[in-house]
Amino acid sequence: MSEYIVEVAALSKQYPSGHQALKHVDLRIRKGEILALLGPNGAGKTTLISIICGLVNPGSGSVQVAGFDVIKDYRQSRQRIGLVPQELVVSMFETVWNSVVFSRGMFGKGRDDAYLQSVLQSLSLWEKRDSKVMELSGGMKRRLLIAKALAHEPEVLFLDEPTAGVDVELRREMWRLVGQLRQKGVTIILTTHYIEEAEEIADRIGIISRGEVLLVEEKQQLMARLGQKQLMLQLQQPLPEVPESLAAFQLDLSEDGLMLTYTYDGGSDHNHVTEMLGAIERARLELKDVHTKQRSLEQIFVSLLEEA
Amino acid sequence: MNWYAVKAIYLSELARTWRTPLQSIASPVLSTSLYFIVFGAAIGSAMVSIDGVSYGAFIIPGLIMLTVLTESTSNSSFGIYMPKWSGSIYEVLSAPVSAVEIVLGYVGAAATKSMVLGGIILLTARFFVDYSILHPFWMLLFLLLTCITFSLLGFIIGLLADGFEKLQVVPLMIVTPLAFLGGTFYSISMLPEFWQKVTLFNPVVYLVSGFRWSFYGVSDVNVGVSLAMILLFMFSFLLMIWWIFKTGYKVKV
Ligand SMILES: Nc1ncnc2c1ncn2[C@@H]1O[C@H](COP(=O)(O)OP(=O)(O)OP(=O)(O)O)[C@@H](O)[C@H]1O
Ligand SMILES: [Mg+2]
Repeated sequence: MSEYIVEVAALSKQYPSGHQALKHVDLRIRKGEILALLGPNGAGKTTLISIICGLVNPGSGSVQVAGFDVIKDYRQSRQRIGLVPQELVVSMFETVWNSVVFSRGMFGKGRDDAYLQSVLQSLSLWEKRDSKVMELSGGMKRRLLIAKALAHEPEVLFLDEPTAGVDVELRREMWRLVGQLRQKGVTIILTTHYIEEAEEIADRIGIISRGEVLLVEEKQQLMARLGQKQLMLQLQQPLPEVPESLAAFQLDLSEDGLMLTYTYDGGSDHNHVTEMLGAIERARLELKDVHTKQRSLEQIFVSLLEEA
Repeated sequence: MNWYAVKAIYLSELARTWRTPLQSIASPVLSTSLYFIVFGAAIGSAMVSIDGVSYGAFIIPGLIMLTVLTESTSNSSFGIYMPKWSGSIYEVLSAPVSAVEIVLGYVGAAATKSMVLGGIILLTARFFVDYSILHPFWMLLFLLLTCITFSLLGFIIGLLADGFEKLQVVPLMIVTPLAFLGGTFYSISMLPEFWQKVTLFNPVVYLVSGFRWSFYGVSDVNVGVSLAMILLFMFSFLLMIWWIFKTGYKVKV
């Protein structure tokens, strides 16, 4: 078996309205990882998930789950997937218990009340098992959707903006649950608009914009980029070029010659800020102002989107 | 086959009925009983018998059909339309099921409800009118085929409807008139010749006629033709559903 549980290749999707929601998307999701998909509204996140889960017909390209084509072998692919949709869509008149029993059956599993009980308990819904869905609060409904998605013990779980409208404490709880699922080997794909959230729990982060996957990277790697700091030195007099004596520090000179930028690793103990500043003084450069800048994931995100 | 899914849909659809017993059982039984009282017990005693059957007894098969037709259609259309409307259909569409399991679950449940309803109405009729059943086996078969066929029709309506209005228009504006004009209250031989011909284009005529034959052994059209027509409708509806799922028409983009 390959190390990838979901393989999306050259996937394009045009809605009947004519809108091109996905453009030649390639994405491979590793077994057991947590992948966070970030992207602005209308980027195509939900469309991508919907195609993988069988809710939307793919246009061209192929999608496989655990090696099974989502069209040809839809039974095998779908029974491995659990989906928590973005919208709070759940039959209102049913009881919580019947709702999860229904989900388990739909995905081809026989009754297992003990398991369903443990799922409801882990989502603090066990006390509500006999309540009608419409009697639940918004946050509880969202947790019920998660319980329904887990009812058939899926190998891959898609969470489409699971924390929208969920309070801080609950969000913590939810991430704890996601962590536990990961421990059990469940692959988790979630979309979110909260970058800190992705930063906190994801193994890898993917960025989608206007139907294209701009980047999929290990969070660690992104964090390393994130750790980069810049020291900007504003000069009194413009410089034609970076003086020879400062070459070792690989400074960037702005077009107008009035700004020198020194980029260094803020996370490391061994940087050369002191030496660099000493060299500036020896070169008799007069400084007007000094400030530092830290690249955040947010900035990486924004600059990527601007480039696209 | 994913039988667990069939069972899940079937049971949750039946549960929906038991949640609203007044609407799904009591109200159709009551309104049909009113017909029994007015046309059967009250007016019926003043009417001549038709084909040797008292008027009160004559209308029973037709009235059961009338109720079963409209209830099958509206019940089944609601069953599939509601999740479509609320969005909870996502779960059915993303589940490892084919159209066969979906139809078995939804249509099976709707047909079961109508069968039960038909049975209750038949028992209720006993309180008002005396009737006999000559061919019980055929009676059940006709009832069952009708329940299935019109639950299939309802399923199609529910799949295609894009609003509550359309959902109600078809049962109300098409099925009910067809049922009324399908020989529930009269034998089509009582109509002028021209209208007798026109009536033969009404599918309900065949259902009512066959069903009444199973009670009293008399019919407007040949029983074999009745049976063939019901089967024809059933297979046409099945074909239509197959096409809808195959093309994804109004179901998936
Ligand atoms: N059924 C549809 N018919 C036509 N266009 C659609 C349909 N569903 C989505 N779209 C369009 O496709 C694009 C991508 O939508 P999608 O829902 O995938 O975005 P998203 O990344 O999930 O956004 P959000 O963060 O707001 O949830 C949008 O421009 C949207 O208008
Ligand atoms: Mg979305």
